[in-house]
Amino acid sequence: MSANVFVWIEQRDGQPVTASWEALGVARQVAGAGRVTALVFGAGVDSIVALAFSYGADAVIRADDASLAHYRFEPYVALLARLVQAQQPDVILAGATIAGRELLAGAAADLNAPLLNDVTELSLENGKLRAVRPLLGGKVLSVEAVTGDGPQFATLRARAFPMPQAQEGRSGEVIAAEPALPADSIATQIERVEASSGTISLTDASIIVSGGRGVGGPEGFAPIRELAQVLGAAVGASRAAVDAGWIPYEHQVGQTGKVVSPDLYIAVGISGAIQHQAGMRTAKVIVAVNKDPEAPIFKLARYGIVGDLFEVLPALTEAFRKRLK
Amino acid sequence: MHVVVLTKMVPDTEATVTVDASGQVHWGDKLVINPWDEYAITEAVLIKGAHNVQVTVMTVGPEAHAEALKHGLAIGCDQAVRLWDPALEKHDSLAYATVVAAAIRKLGDVDLVIFGKEMSDLATEQHIFQTARKLGWNLLGFVAKIEALDFAARTIRVRRMGDHGVEIVASRLPAVISVLKDINEPKYPSFIGIRKAAKAEIPVWGLADLGLSAAEVAPRVQVLGYRELPKREGSAEIIEGATAQEKAEKLVARLLEEKIL
Repeated sequence: MSANVFVWIEQRDGQPVTASWEALGVARQVAGAGRVTALVFGAGVDSIVALAFSYGADAVIRADDASLAHYRFEPYVALLARLVQAQQPDVILAGATIAGRELLAGAAADLNAPLLNDVTELSLENGKLRAVRPLLGGKVLSVEAVTGDGPQFATLRARAFPMPQAQEGRSGEVIAAEPALPADSIATQIERVEASSGTISLTDASIIVSGGRGVGGPEGFAPIRELAQVLGAAVGASRAAVDAGWIPYEHQVGQTGKVVSPDLYIAVGISGAIQHQAGMRTAKVIVAVNKDPEAPIFKLARYGIVGDLFEVLPALTEAFRKRLK
Repeated sequence: MHVVVLTKMVPDTEATVTVDASGQVHWGDKLVINPWDEYAITEAVLIKGAHNVQVTVMTVGPEAHAEALKHGLAIGCDQAVRLWDPALEKHDSLAYATVVAAAIRKLGDVDLVIFGKEMSDLATEQHIFQTARKLGWNLLGFVAKIEALDFAARTIRVRRMGDHGVEIVASRLPAVISVLKDINEPKYPSFIGIRKAAKAEIPVWGLADLGLSAAEVAPRVQVLGYRELPKREGSAEIIEGATAQEKAEKLVARLLEEKIL
């Protein structure tokens, strides 16, 4: 079996996104003896092209242009659809980030091609993609497959697939591509970007410390932030804490927030409502800190501490600080 | 000037979901309006209040989904259309986008299409992005606020959540947007609204009405079956200790022993 696979390598402000390398690792497996081509769009992307080779690409298509500096739906979709139309790869992959999900869905629509979105398992069987996808907030897994012929698209949930090993000294053919749309025809202009208040993105984080109603107020997030800082973790929150105005919505984990799959999820003062579970049940290890020993979160967690978070969290921060030196 | 808002019914979040031995999923009988759509419908009605526009609420689905349309009418949408055809029984996101784009073209004067962020049952939003593409319109996904909307100048400016934070983005109409829950406080229907909606005759447009063939909506993705997520076992190991320090140190030791960190 061999297949020709395209992988979109996402960059933000010139920095590559980890989920793209995970997708490149999957592409290598899906391709078998076939060719893996990394697609790098942006302005000034040479360092990312080099990294794409080290993570397993055989070739790179580089579209380097000011109009592609930041992801925008129209110019990116038009370019991806044109490249796929021209080269007819068997499979096109990307990380299931916001941009990755928009871009692949858009290009698949242009080409009337099948798309498997936000998958946690992926294989190629008799030339057709087959995937597993969590539904209903992760209560059920759906097994889906592509029908018919032609290029097929899939986006891969961040952290559901292993990061490939980088190999020094690999290189290959670099093919230059021009933007598909002239810069002045693009209707959408990004006027300003307000950096998010959390420094580590929830969906990329390997550790998340999350607070809920039990933290009692905005000041309750101070010990959570301290613990997160020692662990290099992102800060999450339950809907109750967000609705109370203690922390901005972008931190919300759950059915109406973000879906995360960290290695370690520390739930502080979170009872564990089904809507919150929908966002975090695929975490590898869950630790719960809660005053109420009957809280449903203890049914989901591997380890629990029953106690007052204002005592437990500073103690945890101190204990981690000592051991992680 | 015309705004279209899309909605559908989904299984209740609280419902117990089971998968039987043959791999078929049972969602439970209770359907609710997709929670994200309440924000989308409310936003459409708020826009109607501020601008001289007509609002159409639309769904793709069998009879049961008319309930979501009635909710839209009760809150203040002007008219409802249900898109359905037996050929759409196993439709995928491409077929959805094809049908909705055809219906929006049939309405003719649409400037703005509003979706809730995702369908909560299928946890998917690709149909939104694909609808934009099938219309050939701009997409502004994950909108937290419409900062400015000018139907005469055909411009829109929004705050949207991108991967690296909030983007302030200006674009042109017509456009497709998907909205997050911070965009508004959902409106609830009045008694009079509910009575009026209950009496409404809702037209159903099939493939023939939309000028589409069954081949144009043939699914490209099929569901082979469902699996239950492996259950997490029982309950947590509670870390005991005389003081918070002792509990914390024991927990950290366990996490390090198991190479979780």
